Amino acid sequence: MAEPPGEQPEEGEKPQEPGPEPPRQPSVPSSKSLHGLARQSGQGLQGQTGSSEKGLEPHPSQDEQPAQIPLHDQQPGPPQQVRGSIYQPQQPRLSVYEQQEPRGSIYQPQQARGNLFQTRGSMPQPQDQRVGAYRPPTGVQDTAGGTSQDFVGGASQPQDQRGSSHQPYQVPSVRSTQQQFDPGHGPYQTHEPGLGLYQLGAGIYEDQVPDPGPRALAIKNAKAYLLKTSIKSGVSLYDHFAEMLAKILEERPENPADIIENISKDIKCARFQKKLDTLRDEYEKLPTYELAEMYKTLFQKVGGDGAEQEVEEEALETPLPNVMETAYYFEQAGFGLSLEEYYHIFLAIKLLVTTHPLQNCRFWGKVLGIEANYIVAEVEFREGEEEEEAEEEEIPEEVLKEGSEREEEDEDDEEKDEPPKPNYKPPPIVPKEDNRTGTNKFIYFVCNEPGKPWVKLPPVTPAQIVNARKIKKFFTGKLDAPIVSYPPFPGNEANYLRAQIARISAATQISPLGFYQFGEEEGDEEEEGGAGRDSYEENPEFEPISVTELVDSLSNWVHHVQNILTQGRCTWINPLQKAEEEEEEDEEEEKEEQEESQQEVGPPLLTPLSEDAEIQNITPWSSEASTSLVPQYAIAVLQSNLWPGAYSFAIGRRFDNIYIGWGHKYSPVNYTPPELPPVQTEYPSGPEISETADPTVEEEMALKAAQEEALAVEEMEEEEEEDEDEDD
Amino acid sequence: MDAETLPYALDLVAGSGVCLSPEKRTALRTSLLLVRRDYRFEQVRLWGRIQGTRGAYYVAEGLGPDRAGPRSRLYSLNCVDWSLLPPPAEEMIPMTAGLKGRFQGDPSYEYENYDKKEEDLESHMSDGNDLALVKEELRLVITVDQIDKAVGIVPRGAYIKTPLGPVHENRSFEGLSLTEAKKLSSYFHFTEPVNLKNKTLLEKADLDPSIDFLDSLEHDIPKGSWSIQVERGGRIVVLRSLLWPGLTFYHVPNTKQHGYIYFGTGEKNIDLPFML
Repeated sequence: MAEPPGEQPEEGEKPQEPGPEPPRQPSVPSSKSLHGLARQSGQGLQGQTGSSEKGLEPHPSQDEQPAQIPLHDQQPGPPQQVRGSIYQPQQPRLSVYEQQEPRGSIYQPQQARGNLFQTRGSMPQPQDQRVGAYRPPTGVQDTAGGTSQDFVGGASQPQDQRGSSHQPYQVPSVRSTQQQFDPGHGPYQTHEPGLGLYQLGAGIYEDQVPDPGPRALAIKNAKAYLLKTSIKSGVSLYDHFAEMLAKILEERPENPADIIENISKDIKCARFQKKLDTLRDEYEKLPTYELAEMYKTLFQKVGGDGAEQEVEEEALETPLPNVMETAYYFEQAGFGLSLEEYYHIFLAIKLLVTTHPLQNCRFWGKVLGIEANYIVAEVEFREGEEEEEAEEEEIPEEVLKEGSEREEEDEDDEEKDEPPKPNYKPPPIVPKEDNRTGTNKFIYFVCNEPGKPWVKLPPVTPAQIVNARKIKKFFTGKLDAPIVSYPPFPGNEANYLRAQIARISAATQISPLGFYQFGEEEGDEEEEGGAGRDSYEENPEFEPISVTELVDSLSNWVHHVQNILTQGRCTWINPLQKAEEEEEEDEEEEKEEQEESQQEVGPPLLTPLSEDAEIQNITPWSSEASTSLVPQYAIAVLQSNLWPGAYSFAIGRRFDNIYIGWGHKYSPVNYTPPELPPVQTEYPSGPEISETADPTVEEEMALKAAQEEALAVEEMEEEEEEDEDEDD
Repeated sequence: MDAETLPYALDLVAGSGVCLSPEKRTALRTSLLLVRRDYRFEQVRLWGRIQGTRGAYYVAEGLGPDRAGPRSRLYSLNCVDWSLLPPPAEEMIPMTAGLKGRFQGDPSYEYENYDKKEEDLESHMSDGNDLALVKEELRLVITVDQIDKAVGIVPRGAYIKTPLGPVHENRSFEGLSLTEAKKLSSYFHFTEPVNLKNKTLLEKADLDPSIDFLDSLEHDIPKGSWSIQVERGGRIVVLRSLLWPGLTFYHVPNTKQHGYIYFGTGEKNIDLPFML
């Protein structure tokens, strides 16, 4: 601005000032030249000199100068003029004294500002103290200037200049800290510290003083600057600060100085959030609501009054399992889902029970998938009812088969020039087990979320079980997803899931010894093919085994699901019997098959767990009591190491099994897909089609020689004959 | 997950079968508080449980002011008495690399390191005796560290790196939105970044150095080694690691709540490539 030229000459003097000053102060009534220096150099000096002088009020010139100096600096005019004007504004100073009382009343709003000053004030204090020793009231006056300047805070140019003039006077360290705080304020701070604390009110009044002149102008400028709205966001810094302070004072966070950036950011963010476009009126469709809607249906009673009556009639013998009770026990065991989920499942199973004619129903477990999980319910239909459904299901399969055969026939007719048929004959298909027996003893329903419709899984075939053993794939959560694997799996994910469920059930469905017994009416073992009897019934005379015994000895637990043979069935069947009837077979094949067809025998039903094979030095089951602190009420918990995620508990007559996991068997060694079979031969190789080696030269020569000999012999003979003829 | 909010957080991850019996839960609440006092941690987390055949290890970790800095880990067999695990060191990794199979549940159990033995017999006869036996405690240390490095994850923005280096919780983290939470790129490995340095300048241009100072899950190998699911109709996002089955991460969208816990056997799923 205009001032730099004025200041430049002074700069030379500044360095001298700090030294001489202290002595000068005592001799306060010093010459005007000194004052001039002080004033020009900056307010710091003036504060000091002024303060010393203030005591001696009679010297108006000296007193006034400090108060007004800010104005002078702001004024473009030369400092001398300023001084001239200084005399007039005495009033403001007077007013300062007068207004000391009002100050008190004004006090509150200024507190905030006072805080701002405090930090700053502490640093310049040394100087003031110097002065202060001289005369405390000086502080008072300076405050006036200080506070007013604070208002000006943002005002840029005048202050900066003043700062430059000021600083040499002050202790350098002070200056630096001030600048960090707010460079604009730097110059004023010298006055503020003493004054700012005492006399906040005065400043305000001074601003309003009738003769504000250039200072007020500066304040206005500063405020105008602060009020200038940003082009981008349309917000002014003034408003932003106001909001920030309001927020801080409202919320009173701890350590606001540390998180001031966050607060500022929050306010800015909040501003953006309010600004929304008109499209937003469309109601958002969150999946949460859909699910809540779905769950709500679970909580509604199914059907009308009639249905309720039926339920009451059947209440005595309902197939509905008490899921929550088992959930409680598994929670004691340290395994299971959240109670909320359990209850949803409970309601979903209830829905299943009411909509299907079920004899038995059980929450089997949960199979995790990549995109969704399966909740599995194990059910048994009532006698007679399930067969109808089964037949219905089978029909489409047959239709399909017939259809495909027809197509093949059609193709055959069209193509008269048949390509050579491979003489490969697929191994005979092992027929699947009938419903209610073996692997298909139970029927399984699955759903992704409780409340979604239950989907019945198709019965499992032995081929699926055999193939499921060879592959290891994650479930995706979609039943119709294809299984891309080697060896190829016959079916989609529903079949794979069903096969895994069958395997898991066979391995991990266990009960305390003696809880089940074989039915008496069951036929001889021989009839069953040696695989043991496949049905059992509850033992009415079962005496509970104590928990400690259950924990200590695995022989107190038995499998109550039949073991699946390597064939993929629970009861062995000779796959060749049918095949022999249908086709004639080569002798060689028959031999092979005879070797294969040795009957497989697995452990019979209700075999104790202690017979289970170890997995490479790892026990197949880990058992423990649920608590060691309260052994009286502990329950026995068994955990399968072969199928991680399979748990069982037992206490008294209660026991249950559950599986929650990925549906994979544990193997200590890593999985290796089976090797590719050797490449098949394209055709039988024989002498007819194999190329002969070219004869070598020797061989040709030998052949030639032989031929020549032969010729020679013939000729000889001919000649002889001729001779004979001639002779004749 | 944070010990303070343990019961609530456990409830959120219970979908994969993670559950603690009331006895253990109560014991943890008490003992972890005491751990925090005794070791003067700023924060104590329950890291998880490694199931052995004869018992389970419960592992907790204590954090200092630098959340990404080294952390102390403790283990307990009964959820009451905790003992400090030695910090993992580079030289331990080869010692435990050959160990396979389930944990036993006994920290003093000694594995016979067959692979190492053979190698040693072949190469250096002298070292054979030192490396033959490895304590299970050591294996536990390495396994926990490996799991943490491989699949310990946080949502993007939950932690900020200060200019001076230490990593702090982000005060102004308000959670991911549901759409963000469904993307793997919104989650970071909470460990020393590896891929970040290999990114091109173009890719780095959009990154915020104070937030994006970690590797995201997006480029994890093999692709698809995470199962990301929205449970309870969008109220929770659950990530399950397929590489280390048993690790479950949860995040409640639009809130600060997030955490992970490991409930498994402590074995890596090396069959993963075949299973996808």
